[in-house]
Amino acid sequence: MIHFENVGLRYGMGPEILRDISFHIPKRSFQFLSGPSGAGKTTLLRLLFLSLAPTRGLIKVFGKDRALIRRDELPHIRRKIGVVFQDFRLLEHMTTYENVALPLRVRGREEASYRSDVTELLKWVGLGERLNAHPPILSGGEKQRAAIARALIEQPDILLADEPTGNVDPPLARRLLRLFIELNRSGTAVLIATHDLSLMDQVDARRLVLADGRLAVHD
Amino acid sequence: MIDTTLKSLVRARDGRRRRMAPIVPAQTVAGHALIAVIAIMTFLACLTVGAVTLVRDTASVWQSQIAREATIQIRPRDDLDMEAALEAARTIAGTFAGVREATVVDSAATARLLEPWLGTGLDLEELPVPRLVIVTIDEAAPPDFAAMREAIRKQVPNASLDDHRNWVDRLVSMARTTVTIGFTVLILMLSATVLTVIFATRGAMAGNGHVIEVLHYVGAEARFIASQFRRHFLLTGIKGAAAGGLSAIIVFILFGWWSGRNMATPEADQATALFGNFAIGMTGYLGVGVVVVLVAALTAATSHATVVAHLNGVDVGTGDHL
Repeated sequence: MIHFENVGLRYGMGPEILRDISFHIPKRSFQFLSGPSGAGKTTLLRLLFLSLAPTRGLIKVFGKDRALIRRDELPHIRRKIGVVFQDFRLLEHMTTYENVALPLRVRGREEASYRSDVTELLKWVGLGERLNAHPPILSGGEKQRAAIARALIEQPDILLADEPTGNVDPPLARRLLRLFIELNRSGTAVLIATHDLSLMDQVDARRLVLADGRLAVHD
Repeated sequence: MIDTTLKSLVRARDGRRRRMAPIVPAQTVAGHALIAVIAIMTFLACLTVGAVTLVRDTASVWQSQIAREATIQIRPRDDLDMEAALEAARTIAGTFAGVREATVVDSAATARLLEPWLGTGLDLEELPVPRLVIVTIDEAAPPDFAAMREAIRKQVPNASLDDHRNWVDRLVSMARTTVTIGFTVLILMLSATVLTVIFATRGAMAGNGHVIEVLHYVGAEARFIASQFRRHFLLTGIKGAAAGGLSAIIVFILFGWWSGRNMATPEADQATALFGNFAIGMTGYLGVGVVVVLVAALTAATSHATVVAHLNGVDVGTGDHL
């Protein structure tokens, strides 16, 4: 589904942040991306999400060469990739319901056509009672779940999550992990960037480990 | 029973179309400041438009008032019958096409003209005072002044015709200079308005960077994001520009009302002599309309350009190429 081959990235004339990165993310797979802080996990996620272009190497996303994708094609490809940001990036002037419905709204869909889907999904992530709450009054865990619901509403082929348990307590972290596993069982590939070893120990999954700009894959 | 009613009410509520929050957040502090800046700049630009139209109209009034009359002056001479000469000059002038009326300024009127300098009880027979014939001209088809001058000079040797050409030429040149200065000020004012609106809009947009990014990451097309911001800032621009334009129109109306109310006072006479009756014509009001539309459109265009630039930055990131 996503394929990296000898990918390198540098910012401006600086040193290479990522070097010779090669890996493949198959359909319906589950993997962790780990490494110490500052190792380049977020940068690699940005490459996966097409918001950065590599300095060298080949990236293929859904069978298309990244270098040949036109700018106007990017939004359509991004709709197949759900992203959960470390800082949630929820819009504070919108309710939880509106934040989760945003990806469908920007596609011009009528609210009546997705209302039940959004409500269902919010119930599934445990926010059925918080539909009309605005982000400033949500707890960290609730924000995280709202961000996950927003990433899933378009039923993406792959979900990328950047430190999804970084701001929550261990019980909630386990609950979120179960959510990701359930999602993966339903057919979505999942990549979780984290440096939380205890979280990774709970699942027997593939690990992509970043260190010094290089990636080691432990199947 | 009550339970059933409650359930049906809940169903009705859920079935109703949910009122969604706008994609671009409603007015923030920066948004209110932007409206205020746009209103003030539009107000000043509209005042400049009004002042320029006032000066232009007044200049053309000066010009036409002077050009509407010519004067025949007859200098006294010992052997000259002044009254007969005045009558002869009046008759000759009256025969020319393009002359509406020729009137002799009689002794009493001439004495009144000289009263401020020579005092009352003046006997014009004792003084060598030139006498005048006022010739009123059809502005649309003025007479042949050269032929009239020649005819008067032949029959009334001491007479000379002044068609006010010197005055008119000087006034035309003065009016043109005034209007040119006015337009220069207007262009400077509009340029300042344009730049201020651009900078203020960019400032207000800076607070919306996170909204643009989120929309971008959830798969919104650049066209969609730009249209949302364009619509929002067009409304902001219309609000500010309309407030500024309306304030300017109110000021014009108040000045017109004040000048009409004080028409008989010396202060108003002085102002009227310089600026006419402070009435901003249709051109002035149209100018205000044009400025309002221009400023609103400019605000929308600036927000559009800012969104496109921001999206390009997000897409390219800090990597080397896209």
